[in-house]
Amino acid sequence: MIDIIKNRIKQGYRTSKFPEEDPGLPERFRGRPVIQPELCGSGCAACVEACPTAALEKGKNGLLTLDLGRCLFCTECTAACPEGAVSFTKDHRLAASRREDLLVTGNEAKLAETLGEEMKRLFGRSLKLRQVSAGGCSACEAELTALGNVVFDLGRFGIQFVASPRHADGLVITGPVTRNMSEALRIAYEAVPSPRLVIAVGACGISGGPFIGSEDHLGGAASVVPVDLFIPGCPPHPVTMLDGLLRLLGRLKEDRVGGQDRRVVPD
Amino acid sequence: MSLTSRFASIRNGDSVDFSKVPVVPIEDFRSSILKMAAAKHRLCALFSQATDDRAPAGLLAVLADDIGGRLYLAASQPAASYPTLTPELPQAHLFEREIHESSGVLPEGHPWLKPVRRALADKTPFFQEQGEEVHEVAVGPIHAGIIEPGHFRFQCHGETVHHLEIQLGYQHRGAERLLSAGPDRRSMAVAESICGDTAIAHAWAHCMIREALAGASVSLRDEALRAVVLEVERLSNHIGDLGAISNDIGYLPATAYFGRMRGDFLNMLMLVSGNRYGKGMLQPGGAAFDIPDGMRAQMIETVRRSVTQVKEVADMFFGEPSVISRLEETGTVSMKVCEDLGLVGVCARAAGLDRDVRQDHPFGLYRFRHIPVIKLDSGDVFARAMVRFLEAQRSLEFLNALLENLPEASAGSPCGTPAGNRLSVSLIEGWRGEVCHVAKTGRDGRFEWYKVIDPSFHNWIGLAMALRGGEISDFPLSNKSFNLSYAGHDL
Repeated sequence: MIDIIKNRIKQGYRTSKFPEEDPGLPERFRGRPVIQPELCGSGCAACVEACPTAALEKGKNGLLTLDLGRCLFCTECTAACPEGAVSFTKDHRLAASRREDLLVTGNEAKLAETLGEEMKRLFGRSLKLRQVSAGGCSACEAELTALGNVVFDLGRFGIQFVASPRHADGLVITGPVTRNMSEALRIAYEAVPSPRLVIAVGACGISGGPFIGSEDHLGGAASVVPVDLFIPGCPPHPVTMLDGLLRLLGRLKEDRVGGQDRRVVPD
Repeated sequence: MSLTSRFASIRNGDSVDFSKVPVVPIEDFRSSILKMAAAKHRLCALFSQATDDRAPAGLLAVLADDIGGRLYLAASQPAASYPTLTPELPQAHLFEREIHESSGVLPEGHPWLKPVRRALADKTPFFQEQGEEVHEVAVGPIHAGIIEPGHFRFQCHGETVHHLEIQLGYQHRGAERLLSAGPDRRSMAVAESICGDTAIAHAWAHCMIREALAGASVSLRDEALRAVVLEVERLSNHIGDLGAISNDIGYLPATAYFGRMRGDFLNMLMLVSGNRYGKGMLQPGGAAFDIPDGMRAQMIETVRRSVTQVKEVADMFFGEPSVISRLEETGTVSMKVCEDLGLVGVCARAAGLDRDVRQDHPFGLYRFRHIPVIKLDSGDVFARAMVRFLEAQRSLEFLNALLENLPEASAGSPCGTPAGNRLSVSLIEGWRGEVCHVAKTGRDGRFEWYKVIDPSFHNWIGLAMALRGGEISDFPLSNKSFNLSYAGHDL
């Protein structure tokens, strides 16, 4: 026992200061991407051709659009572009309320909105979630698990993962929703009492991610159930998930980056 | 004619002209495999080369000589059926089920020819016991935590488990089919997402296939970078598993500390590759990110700090009599069972098998720098936990030495396109065990088929065996001590 106490003292206090302080992510972290259309050469589609998940598209007007819901945050596009028109910032904030809000054309992000008054009253201070993996590779699942460790300590925000959908206020869905899991996912969704939330996590959970085009899955959570929050990444960093959840619950006091608007990062 | 002359022989990470792989009648194919297995060769892979699910199809076998460090390949002529290997060679049991599912070729007399990945569990029969006080417990596909889906069916008598049947397939995303369509721009991303906690091992296995087929060589610096991230991946998972095991027995201080330390290693992968699972780190021909000197110093510091911290917490954990009494003699699999069923990795080494790809079929940097193989003999949860701790220590020592002396940067050649009509096999010792990729190119240099065997494919049956005669309440702990991948199995 004395050893346990001694070890406890040695371990100290390890919980991250996020969200009060910047998460302090390293230089190579790839967060919110930025497109600089003025650098994008006409007639060049190198990034579009390099992208593993066809997340990049070049419109008829020659403007690039990057779909965060498909993006794996790899380096194929940045390596392919001779002009540096696509780049990743260290901004961890990515979560959005609507699928179309995940489309990036410049230096903007339509970040997740706070729930309506009634939902916020119900869930704002206590949110219980049930996780369902429907073809997730275990990376998103592992990061969701990491949210519960002493560093991210999800419990301090009143958010908790529970064992039964009947005890839950919502589902967190990972994976592209394989055909073999679609029925179980539907049953789990029906078992969550209304009003309920659905959070789609990771490129697979939003669009199918690296598995886009395979006939063995349905292409993400929204193909089966309505989704209230999309958290992009492959997998999303725990602070990206935390940011999305807190934003949804209206629990973030101020945005530390950008400033003026809490929801939209200005150009 | 000697036995091995019926096979093409290659080393791990080599490729061979497909015309050099003997194609024999199915009867000879079958008997050669049995003879090789009797001579202590291990079945790494057995599958059909069918590109659709209609028999007849030719089979292909990869057998490993772990002592001699060679891999033996043979193919069969197309067949619609053949006498099953499983009763004589139990390690073929799941391979034969997969063959039947993916190609329609019938292994006649297979004792339990059920689907592997494609059908829903509730549509398939389960082994059932009848009798007074015998009851059945069904769990899943959705389990009570943040965990992947799978279905477990227990036949119990009171608390005692007589039989556990594990039916997976819920995670099937079609990874092999997507890889078979390559190599293309998404191949790496698919390989890295076969099993997210083993992203680096699968990425390496895929790169090795591409490099072998293209005849590309990797610079020593890049080989070293790959070994660094593979060992960090091992550390993050081994340490995380120790935390999860302590959580399952309710020893929470160790859960908290191991859980935090796991984060140190994930953050190290983030530091190097910009992703906590090392996705994007490897690319055919080398590594996408270098480790500059400043970063190297930072990593050495974390490694050295971890040597002390991991040991302190592990000493606390393993020094607690109530912990030991919970782990010992729980979920035991014997060496004989491991050998018969072809188990790999931590489970096999915890039962006394000297089986580690880094030693037996060294690849990349492990050809020049060795890492001691850890083995214990009790085959229980304790042994699997202890093997993880000891391996974590060896990995830390390996990293410390390697980061101190990273080979100088040198230009590698970019990986070209694969040569036509060749076959390649790559084995990587991931943290769970042997990751095996096998691929063949057509005349145009594109893949004709691509097969992936995650260590979990071999090892799930080990968990079922570990439960036999045990208590059903031991299931969560036993399960955690194996910590197998559903996605890796289901592909």
